[in-house]
Amino acid sequence: MIRGRVIKYGDDVDTDVIIPARYLKHGADPQVLKEHAMEDLDPEFGSKVRERTIIVAGRNFGCGSSREQAPLALKYAGVRAILAESFARIFFRNAINVGLPVMEVPGISEAVEDGDEVEVDLERGLVRVLGRGGERVLRGTRIPEFLMEILEAGGLVPYLRRRFHAEDSPDTG
Amino acid sequence: MRTAIEKILSRASGRDATVGEIVEAEIDVYMTHDPMGALVEDALDGMGAGVRHPERVVAIQDHFVPAKDIESAILSMRLREFHRRFGFGAYYEVGRGGICHVVMPEEGHVVPGDVVVGTDSHTPTSGALGAFAVGIGATEMAAAMALGKLWFKVPPTILIRGEGAFPPLVHAKDFILKVISAIGTDGAVYKVLEFDGPAIRGLEMDERFVLTNMSVEAGAKTGFISPDGVTLSYLEKRSSRPPRPAYSDRGSFEDELTFDAASLEPLVAAPHSPANVRAASEVDEEIDQAFIGSCTGGRLSDLRAAVRVLRGRRVSEGVRLIVIPGSRRVYREALRMGLIEALVESGAAIGPPSCGPCLGAHLGVLGPGEVGISSSNRNFRGRMGHPESRVYLASPSTVAASAVTGRVTDPREVVG
Ligand code: SF4
Repeated sequence: MIRGRVIKYGDDVDTDVIIPARYLKHGADPQVLKEHAMEDLDPEFGSKVRERTIIVAGRNFGCGSSREQAPLALKYAGVRAILAESFARIFFRNAINVGLPVMEVPGISEAVEDGDEVEVDLERGLVRVLGRGGERVLRGTRIPEFLMEILEAGGLVPYLRRRFHAEDSPDTG
Repeated sequence: MRTAIEKILSRASGRDATVGEIVEAEIDVYMTHDPMGALVEDALDGMGAGVRHPERVVAIQDHFVPAKDIESAILSMRLREFHRRFGFGAYYEVGRGGICHVVMPEEGHVVPGDVVVGTDSHTPTSGALGAFAVGIGATEMAAAMALGKLWFKVPPTILIRGEGAFPPLVHAKDFILKVISAIGTDGAVYKVLEFDGPAIRGLEMDERFVLTNMSVEAGAKTGFISPDGVTLSYLEKRSSRPPRPAYSDRGSFEDELTFDAASLEPLVAAPHSPANVRAASEVDEEIDQAFIGSCTGGRLSDLRAAVRVLRGRRVSEGVRLIVIPGSRRVYREALRMGLIEALVESGAAIGPPSCGPCLGAHLGVLGPGEVGISSSNRNFRGRMGHPESRVYLASPSTVAASAVTGRVTDPREVVG
């Protein structure tokens, strides 16, 4: 169960605003990514984001460039999950691969206000909104099982490390 | 009844791949470049894995080259070392290659029927050769390199038919902008856009790449054009690998949309979305910079089109025109044909083959409040520089005409 406070955006949030290309020369330096996440779209993001932030957005979140630095920047900044009407496909895969939970939840941008508390159950594909208008539950698209395994491992790198070196990490099952 | 993509993925996964299924497909070609190579290598090391088929990997220095500062020099060094460590099948140093999506088809790395992955969202460009080519992230690339294969959800295909023939000064760029404005920036998410019809068949390869390249701006997983005589003669001198052409069966498409090329006019995508499309003649705005280049608009046909507009004319006093040939081959051909001379004569600055200002990296970054017109593919906020700059996307003819007048201009007004 992931719980957090919502920061809400609209449709077509592209990877160029999530992390502008001018910072890509730093590779995937966590400090740089964290510091500049979302700065072209929302200069206040850095001060709003808390350890327990959940981003809610409209359609086509993460469109544009394939840069993996985009989900990484959000993850390093403290985002714990992203719920959107829909995602651009490369962003969706990248997010899972770096261990950042993402879920498509039709109707989410209508149902949730900036600042609401939400609780996400990835396993069952459910989102509980604890908003000003009371409590309600929305149904999202469940993440396929093998992607859940990648998320649970903390991303594709640890997941495959385990697969390649099963013998030297007996405790990770 | 199966689509070409279902057939390609069936061959590559060794099973009957139908739309909606998840299959593991063997990868024929891997591409990575300077901004992502280091991340791929770090992920591989994190997995404790090696590269299963280094001979199938193509590594290209294109984004931040020649190095503009120390950080980008380090990224280039990392890609160079990554190549040395594993011995990739091909490596292009600055000056010897160009922009990855121009180089991949041009140097014969892709043939029809291939499954191609690249750490860049415009990897679908090679789909114009009848391949299944998709963009992936760095970690995913490491996984693919380690395993030799990657999972794909078999996507449905939307057929985009182009009827009629293109009028003069109207390009594939205008066609694809029309398509994006019709279906939206998420109109093809998780889907393939396949292009066919007389208008498409009448295009040379250079122009066809524009269509598959910008399919991405409609959210598509990839773009595809089945091979024909034009494709095969393009490949003839470039690749010795045998093509495995795949064709979509009639009736296998999820949807079919028809656009009439003959009634198209020069278009622009206004700030800040590729779907924000209007007629060039309707826009009234002064520009500071015009850019002809990128993996969308930096091929020989683009430079030729620009020179057709610029020859005997001069770039307007208040405008910078920046032209960056997409590759070494494009550059050399353009020199041979006298195009570079004509461009310099008109007042253009020529940059070395690279991505240049397309992603706001270097060689022509826009300042606060500046307006640019560009033959590239994205005009998101801040894409080509300062977040307060504004970018129009257009064909090379429209960009050249706008450079001459100093404002967004329909090229038919300049070339009488
Ligand atoms: S030219 Fe632009 S769109 Fe093409 S690969 Fe380079 S940065 Fe990306």
